[in-house]
Amino acid sequence: MEAIQEIHLNKMGQKQSCYHCGDTCPNSRIRIGEKIFCCNGCKMVYELLESNEMCDYYQYSETPGTTPVEAGLKTKFKYLEDEEMRRKLVNFSDGNTASVTFYVPSMHCSSCVWLLENLVRLNPLIHSSRVNYLKKEVQITFEETASTLRQLAELLTSLGYEPQINLDSLVHREDKNLDRDLYLKIGVAGFCFINIMMFHFPEYLAGEQEVESGLSNFFNYLSVALALPVLLYSSLDYFKSAWSALRSKFVNMDVPISLGVITLFTRSIYEVFSGVGSGYMDSFTGLIFLLLVGKLFEKKTYDSLSFERSYKSYFPVSAAKKTDTGETSVPLENLQPGDRILIRSQELIPADSVLIRGNALIDYSFVTGESAPVEKKSGDIIYAGGKQTAGILELDVIKPVNQSYLTELWNDEAFTKPVHSRIISAADSVSRYFTVAVISIALASAVFWAGSSWNLALNAFTAVLIVACPCALALSTPFTLGNTLRVFGWNKFYLKNTAVVEALATIRHIVFDKTGTITRSAVAAISFDSEQELSQEEASMVYSLVRQSMHPLSRQLVSYLNNSKTLPLNNFTEEAGQGISADFNGTTVRVGSARFVGFDSESGQNASRVYLSVNNRLRGSFMIYNALRPGLKKTIAALKKRFKIHLLSGDNEYERKRMESLFGRDADMHFKQSPFEKLAFIKKLQKQNKSVLMVGDGLNDAGALKQSDVGISLTEDLNSFSPASDAVLDAGSLNRLPDFIDFSRKSMRIILISFVISFIYNITGMYFAIQGTLSPLIAALLMPASSISVVVFTTGGVMFLARRMNFKLSGSGGAL
Amino acid sequence: MSVLVVLISLSLLAALGFLGAFIWAVKNGQFDDYETPSMRMLMENKKDTIQNNQK
Repeated sequence: MEAIQEIHLNKMGQKQSCYHCGDTCPNSRIRIGEKIFCCNGCKMVYELLESNEMCDYYQYSETPGTTPVEAGLKTKFKYLEDEEMRRKLVNFSDGNTASVTFYVPSMHCSSCVWLLENLVRLNPLIHSSRVNYLKKEVQITFEETASTLRQLAELLTSLGYEPQINLDSLVHREDKNLDRDLYLKIGVAGFCFINIMMFHFPEYLAGEQEVESGLSNFFNYLSVALALPVLLYSSLDYFKSAWSALRSKFVNMDVPISLGVITLFTRSIYEVFSGVGSGYMDSFTGLIFLLLVGKLFEKKTYDSLSFERSYKSYFPVSAAKKTDTGETSVPLENLQPGDRILIRSQELIPADSVLIRGNALIDYSFVTGESAPVEKKSGDIIYAGGKQTAGILELDVIKPVNQSYLTELWNDEAFTKPVHSRIISAADSVSRYFTVAVISIALASAVFWAGSSWNLALNAFTAVLIVACPCALALSTPFTLGNTLRVFGWNKFYLKNTAVVEALATIRHIVFDKTGTITRSAVAAISFDSEQELSQEEASMVYSLVRQSMHPLSRQLVSYLNNSKTLPLNNFTEEAGQGISADFNGTTVRVGSARFVGFDSESGQNASRVYLSVNNRLRGSFMIYNALRPGLKKTIAALKKRFKIHLLSGDNEYERKRMESLFGRDADMHFKQSPFEKLAFIKKLQKQNKSVLMVGDGLNDAGALKQSDVGISLTEDLNSFSPASDAVLDAGSLNRLPDFIDFSRKSMRIILISFVISFIYNITGMYFAIQGTLSPLIAALLMPASSISVVVFTTGGVMFLARRMNFKLSGSGGAL
Repeated sequence: MSVLVVLISLSLLAALGFLGAFIWAVKNGQFDDYETPSMRMLMENKKDTIQNNQK
């Protein structure tokens, strides 16, 4: 009925959009006054807001709402009444008041923020609510009773803001303090630096003798006092890092930095307290300040993206267990083999289990990237990770959650062992030689001067260490890579951190996943497989028939046949998950599975097939493939010239031909790969000392993504799920992958050039230092000059390169 | 000359006050979220909203 009305409205050009969510309304019967709604759900939200005088909601953005999901609402959040579950979910609770943070992915505009911060008007038990828009989180403080938490979740869901509660929500992380810590360190260092510089200012202008000695002493002591917090607080991370590197017999960039910093400080103390001079506290604090700013610059984070997701961020926290008396909710970890569980439409299968009863149509798109739902018969094993898309199911659990086929992947050592980056950063590998060179020069000059004067020897020794402090060297990496990270972000390639750029520059092998990566899951390529072509009339009949069904395969056939006419039909029947049939002027047309149409399915073919029979005679079948991503052929050809390409697919070999046309006959292709085999394949390549880039999208690639040197997870919608990886790439930018790798290599070259620049400064400074004539003025000049020129060169270089390679130089930095 | 010592000490004290304010702001979470406050400030503050946010 509704479908017919929709055609009617479309013909008359009266498309009307819902006042609440902005969707096209199928009819105009659901209305309040002038306002039209697409469904009763939207209307209910409006009524609720109106009765509470909260229609301001509609003022901040046009049609801000999202349609509330109704299915299974009554029992869905029942588990939130469970005491243990509540204790695990809330941030804190004192028995009366509690606070909880919900992740609400459907939050998308300022109206959403307004409504979520005014929840207090809808439920008196809520004390306050506060939104973090970038993280899409709302923190709610409420009066705690046994049922408040459930009420909260249900209230949010009924408003169209369903909170996502999954296994990961049970783990509370304290990650934001890291950011705050860096801000504080920069604040303290900056404050001390500026003030000390002010105290030293008279010396910069006049010679030391001209400043009154009483005042000069006062300034010097003040400088020492202000330098203490910088040494003991702001620069602590560098000492810690250097110490732990040395303990594991390794020299990183922080070792020469710490060496220089400590020498600077002790020599300044000696000068001030012995009255020889006024020390280098300004250089010392300025150095730490600049280094910390570099660290901040390097740390471009994308709040709304997560690079750490495992299956836990995806699995629910509880399952509905069937008992003699009815139904109880069980925390997922307590689910035992033998338990009978109930799965409703749109719910996830939490553990490997056997189907007992129900019409199972499982969507495995999160696992494999394949979007066409898979049909299961009772007695079949259903693997964890799939989502039920038809009715209610009864299942017998056969394996605990963390030992299921998919989730067992996370017990592999790739996940359990701490990660040691296989790539040593350029700065660290340089600093090994740098440190040795500096110490030997310092010792040599000390020995040289020792003959004439001990004082001069000590002077030269410390001066060399001070002037050779690689601050410009330490700045070039964060500024180059930080800028590269930003350029990538503007072009929809989001990296976890700057180390990924360095890893990307060393890549030799590229491994692609097939389904969902090479192919697009939402768009299908369809061909009709039969001895005789489909006639115009037959096409019209199939078209008129399949457009009555909401099954995903039917929807794909509709878009394939959309040039056909609509014919009137009779006796329409639909057998859920099987097929549909109808009569057209006495001709019976059946479309569906082989069994439904009345024939045995041919074995060996695994593409999604939809069979067609006309008047009970098999006419042929529609083969539905996932379409290839556009423009891929050129990209693969470009990559093939410089890298070795591999393809891993979980599917059967039936697509080998099509893949060969894309990758070439000589390509290394592996089919029927389990998640474990994908992981093992990467390990095997790495054993041959090759650095591997993996591009994948589903949970079944999670192991390979984690193990590879750079794991890129491809996604069509940044807000949707992507497995843990080093980088997230928007599917639309996949064709720029060769450019991204190229750009990383060129960034590394920029770093090398900036190393040379900073060495020139170091050598100039050294020239004075070896002679023992380094004055505070030259030290104070050299340090900022070298740092600033390195920062300007690296930033300018990266931006110039980005322009020459036609990268976008601005973008939605704020939203991500 | 002691005037200069007094004045510089005073100015340092004043500056320390600002440092204290900065530390307080960071610890209070003022630097945690750059996006939401920009939306929040455009919303009308009706009475109950104000009470709510002052909590």
